[in-house]
Amino acid sequence: MTVISSTKDVSALTLTFVAEFAAPVEQVWQVWADPRKLERWWGPPTWPATVDRFEFKPGGAVRYHMTGPDGTKARAWWVITDIEEPHRLEFDDGFADDQGEPVDPEDITHGVVTLEAMDGGTRMTTVSTFRSAEQLERMAAMGMEEGMRLAMGQIDDLLAEG
Amino acid sequence: MVVDPDAVFHALADATRRDILMRVIRSGQSVSELARAYPMSFAAVQKHVAVLERAELVSKTRRGREQIVQGEVGALRLVARLLDGYEHLWRQRAAGIERILEEEQ
Repeated sequence: MTVISSTKDVSALTLTFVAEFAAPVEQVWQVWADPRKLERWWGPPTWPATVDRFEFKPGGAVRYHMTGPDGTKARAWWVITDIEEPHRLEFDDGFADDQGEPVDPEDITHGVVTLEAMDGGTRMTTVSTFRSAEQLERMAAMGMEEGMRLAMGQIDDLLAEG
Repeated sequence: MVVDPDAVFHALADATRRDILMRVIRSGQSVSELARAYPMSFAAVQKHVAVLERAELVSKTRRGREQIVQGEVGALRLVARLLDGYEHLWRQRAAGIERILEEEQ
């Protein structure tokens, strides 16, 4: 896997992330289209995802939860807004309440995924657009946890050595 | 300065306000200069500037009879930091996808 580029547009609140994989488009598509595969990589390392409902079609609802280190469940949802198998997927993603229903249907991240065949593999471009701060803050914090843990562990090691 | 992320996101959710912000980050402009640049009333532009000001994305200083609007980068730094965290998450996700694809080889 090669990360080709990652572009932040601060004023438009978007992140464009481009990566290349040494596998055909159809195979990369399956990591999105197969919920058992999706849940192995979607959640941050310390917050693995479990997909509870999966309607992979335009207008379809997806419900999932991520389980944190202390057993806390962060519930979330998607609405699939467009699918062109195996090249394009668009969806809205948001956090949900304990019943799994959207906390605020307006507080979403819109994701656009495109897969293109290229020499010997697939180029995957994801564009994430944020509508509000809360999602970005929560996801960024959950994604950073492992890094922070590692850093804390290193500090512990240093202290133990001292 | 305490930046309110919700105010920042609300301010940035509008294309005209993003455009105004980009202009005044390049160089300070008076509200009347800004108003000439957009097909909308002076009052409408003034309102957009007020939203940006509440989010502390711009500040106003008086120059003679005019109010000069200037960009403030502090609030944008907050968004940049959050996007950095999200980018980190995508790197982890891409590594996860790679592991699955490798297993399938």
